[in-house]
Amino acid sequence: MPAISATAEHPAAARWRQPLAVVQARPYLLLAPSLIFLVLFTFFPIIEVAFASLFRTAYGQRSGSFVGLDNYLRVLQDGAFRNAVLNNLLYAVGTIVPSLVIALGLALLLNESSRFKAAIRALVFLPTLIPLVAAAALFSFIFLPGIGLLDHFLAKLGLRGFNWLGDPDIALASLSVLTVWKNAGYYMLFYLAGLQAIPSDLGEAAKLDGASAWQRLRHVTLPLLAPTTGFVAVIALINVLTAVDHIVVLTKGGPNGATNLLLYYIYQNANEFYDLGKASAATVISVALLLALSLLGLKGLEGGAARAE
Amino acid sequence: MPSRILARLGPAQIGSAALLCAVAFVWTTPFLWMVVAAFRPESGGSRDMASLLPPLQPTLANFVLAFESADFALYYLNTLLVVSGILAVQLVTISLAGYAFARLEFAGKDILFTLFLLQLMLVPPILVVPNLTTVVRLGIYDSLLGVMAPYLASAFGTFLMRQTFKTIPRDYEEAALLDGARWWQVLWHVLLPLARPGLVAFSIVSVAAHWNEFLWPLMVVNAPEKRTLTVGLASFAAGAEGGQEWGLLAAGTLLVALPLVVAFLAFQRQFIDSFMFSGVKG
Repeated sequence: MPAISATAEHPAAARWRQPLAVVQARPYLLLAPSLIFLVLFTFFPIIEVAFASLFRTAYGQRSGSFVGLDNYLRVLQDGAFRNAVLNNLLYAVGTIVPSLVIALGLALLLNESSRFKAAIRALVFLPTLIPLVAAAALFSFIFLPGIGLLDHFLAKLGLRGFNWLGDPDIALASLSVLTVWKNAGYYMLFYLAGLQAIPSDLGEAAKLDGASAWQRLRHVTLPLLAPTTGFVAVIALINVLTAVDHIVVLTKGGPNGATNLLLYYIYQNANEFYDLGKASAATVISVALLLALSLLGLKGLEGGAARAE
Repeated sequence: MPSRILARLGPAQIGSAALLCAVAFVWTTPFLWMVVAAFRPESGGSRDMASLLPPLQPTLANFVLAFESADFALYYLNTLLVVSGILAVQLVTISLAGYAFARLEFAGKDILFTLFLLQLMLVPPILVVPNLTTVVRLGIYDSLLGVMAPYLASAFGTFLMRQTFKTIPRDYEEAALLDGARWWQVLWHVLLPLARPGLVAFSIVSVAAHWNEFLWPLMVVNAPEKRTLTVGLASFAAGAEGGQEWGLLAAGTLLVALPLVVAFLAFQRQFIDSFMFSGVKG
């Protein structure tokens, strides 16, 4: 940062052409269009939803009756909510761990540039680009019992009789497969960038010291990639909390609540049960969770940036 | 000849190449099935529906049927309107705000910047419930404008433009200002052309994000003729699934996914750079 910042009014020529008040108001005028929309759709909604969470409002009514923390009590006592939180937790672990391992593994294998590797990188990245709804539509056939793509191939191995999305014991795991397929290629990009930033002489020095490939990975590469891992983990956590399109298309939270996630629970309460109080209380809880996670993410980002400099 | 190449590679390299091929095959299988099934004639019995072998007589019948049973042309139009409407407004809002944060000094700058950063973290899907109330109150429920409204400002874009402007040396603008140019002329003729990489990166991420968005348009749009591609596909897929018409489902999905996939294959480098930028946005 220069001590004297040359702003737009710095050259004398511009200064005497316009009254000072106009020059001083300029930054705020430039920010105004953005601020209007940010206030309307981010800051005000947070206040609004916190406020709405204290009222019980019948659908279509303008004002409800003040009920204090009753909506929070109702949410916390709701078996479906606790179930959704637990599912979200399982879904987080069941998608993030495999996604990160696959992303890292692919990045390590695809790090050097060659035509073959560039092609594989592109193929693995491709699912990131299609709508989650489209991925869900494809997986509705993949998971189809009996004649579906997965069962078709498993039958050749003599495995049959799974109901991938209909069996409450495995439905969430099946959806996790979809999520890993969709996101691993995206996370791989960050690991590729992280690997590029590691000076190659470090690995070579360890090699000269007689370290095996595994030792080099374990003691040199992985520690240096720690900020990347933290950053990607937070992106993946945010994804786990905010992407439920596949639930809407494939399972609607079922069977028997087995795939209900937090945001789907909110959506259900708002759109199907018309219980705005509960939906609002659950939103406030999610926002708090998301903010906490994102602050962690920013820390990770700063750590990554500091390392890159 | 292949044996000579193999002889030069070590077993580790052959192993990793084989592993990569296996991963690539598993990762592409859903797409492969989609393309094969979409062009396969409806066989009546769905026994071989899972086959990945290309059909002997490819047909467009599934696509014809898809266009007949759902108004994909209209969905395309709606999605195009939403995506381009959002982008057009965003490019203005983020350029102005990014310029203010990069080049101007003013009271409250840090606080305002922190407020912007906050939105970077609070991704909109989580606020669907209060945003729906706002959209109803503004009278834009069940309209494409309602679908676009929450995204017209972008903290991520502002952040990106601020960073991009900061990399441009001030000498250029100062020369222009001394020549008598006004600030907006400097922004338009000097800064924005130099900030093209940032603008392109943001545009790709924005278009991809809103092309693929589902939950918000699903909640805001009620009338069938206002559906976007994703909302249309969801109800179309439910119908095709109910009727066990898997070729039809594949064709519809292909129609929705194709444009971005083609764009990606054409501009890979650009896409990958842009998506890496977008990390914080999620």
